[in-house]
Amino acid sequence: MKFSTKTKIAALVSALVLTTGLLGGCGGSTKEPATAEIQGTVTASGSTALLPLLKPAQEEFQKKNNKVTVNISGGGSFTGMNQVVSGAVNIGNSDVAVPDELKDKGLVDHQVAVAPFVFVVNPSVTVDNLTQQQYVDILTGKITNWKEVGGKDEKITIIHRAKSSGSRATIADIVLKGAAFTDNAVIQDSNGAVRAGIASTPGAIGYIDAAYVDNTVKGLAYNGVKYLPENVINKTYPVYAYEHMYTKGEADGPVKAFIDYVLSKEFQETYVEKNGFLPITKMK
Amino acid sequence: MKATTLDYHRLRLGYDRYVRYLLFVCAFLMTFIILSIIIFVGKQGLSTFADVSPVEFFCNTKWDPGDGQYGALSFIVGSLLATMLAVVIGAPLGLTGAVFMAKIAPPWLREVMRPATDLYVAIPSVVYGFIGLTIMVPFIRTYFHVGTGFGLLATSIILAVMILPTIISISEDAIRAVPRPLEEASLALGATRWQTIRRVLLPAAMPGILTSIVLAMARAVGETMAVQMVIGNTPLLAKSLFTPTSTLTSEIVIEMGNTPFGSAWGNSLFLMALVLLSLSLIMIVAIRRLGRGRVV
Repeated sequence: MKFSTKTKIAALVSALVLTTGLLGGCGGSTKEPATAEIQGTVTASGSTALLPLLKPAQEEFQKKNNKVTVNISGGGSFTGMNQVVSGAVNIGNSDVAVPDELKDKGLVDHQVAVAPFVFVVNPSVTVDNLTQQQYVDILTGKITNWKEVGGKDEKITIIHRAKSSGSRATIADIVLKGAAFTDNAVIQDSNGAVRAGIASTPGAIGYIDAAYVDNTVKGLAYNGVKYLPENVINKTYPVYAYEHMYTKGEADGPVKAFIDYVLSKEFQETYVEKNGFLPITKMK
Repeated sequence: MKATTLDYHRLRLGYDRYVRYLLFVCAFLMTFIILSIIIFVGKQGLSTFADVSPVEFFCNTKWDPGDGQYGALSFIVGSLLATMLAVVIGAPLGLTGAVFMAKIAPPWLREVMRPATDLYVAIPSVVYGFIGLTIMVPFIRTYFHVGTGFGLLATSIILAVMILPTIISISEDAIRAVPRPLEEASLALGATRWQTIRRVLLPAAMPGILTSIVLAMARAVGETMAVQMVIGNTPLLAKSLFTPTSTLTSEIVIEMGNTPFGSAWGNSLFLMALVLLSLSLIMIVAIRRLGRGRVV
């Protein structure tokens, strides 16, 4: 008897849970009111490139402020910016600056790291350096053979990122300066996949985050300057972008404390370089 | 004593009723979820037409949303071509496999082969894609002397392997379901084994075989991960089997992470999803039709 009542209840409860789980699943997280004492919840979403950097920040910050809970998720740069605009999260992480349609939404930019990009080629390519104009000619499809830029007679294959990618936007901005990429290219959806494609395709060229360069591909110099952290800091190597954490209005309370922690010398110098970025504190 | 049995019986009845409610709720939820998905995808997808004309979306191949150009024809063509080619490669292979397993293989071999084909299904598609990327693509590049090896050929070979188990297992069931007397009558009339298979078994099993092929097509058209890894994802119409191109699924997966939700760009990805959904729907309707046509 007792057993059967229990099963009845269990059946009802599971039906209820199924229904409410479905209905309640869409609710967003809410922001705790800010107080003088640091406590509450910080939610952030967006760029997947920033995730490996913010994970240790989250752990260390929570260790220091055990009344604060920090939640960080991915989703992509635009997802992050949209969610911070709509108030679903406190911080939107992004690899790119705010697009025009979100400019009037009162987002405040916090630049937290520098992400350098490196042009890489398949090791079969004999060229070591290209000028900016040569990069433009290759990426727009004007030059299609390595012999036109001093290499051997080998077809150039471009392997790079999709149209919505922040890395691609950065290269379009800094290198192409408005010219359009040729569509005749292989598209991969992550740094790792681009690198794997270039490593296995003779004559391939592409660009990846500096942290992903390894010995399966060959890094190229840009206008004669090789990628080195020093060269980014002294501004001779121009192919880099800032990583952003956006808040809606000025940050306060736990959100401000978290961003301040990410920007602190302590965090920047221990974790940022380890994760393939350059510390913002070193940029002048 | 008697009272307790009656009590117990009443309880069982009540219990029965609650289980019925539970099942009812679950069935309702299932319908509700699938309907919500269709409505959501449809609503988001169709709102693309506020910014993009249907003619441009379906008849133009220039895909450059940053520049206001939303021609998705090359993705639709890519999806259809990849599926067709996969069936062209996979269906004959799968069908011969099914005939072998149903009628020719000795029972012990069938006992080995049946689980082996089922194992195909258990391999995650990313593994197929990875094998395609590391073995198939370089092989095509060196063997056919082409630029990259990414493209429709690599994609359709991978897809053909992926749809084999569907074709083999459903076709085999269909062939085995042909009544024994038909086969025996054919053999009694002096037909050889091959004549029996070709003239009696295959025609009788045809609705089941066609169902398996359409199901395989539905799987192929919706396959994402493996396709995305080997097709090259270039938003251009394929000039040959070896030039990188793109499909609906690969384009959605590549762009979705960084596409603003609610923008024309984001909506156009939902519209692609809607096109995919309609393609699958057409196939499901076709399967139901074929199923009704089953002769035996």
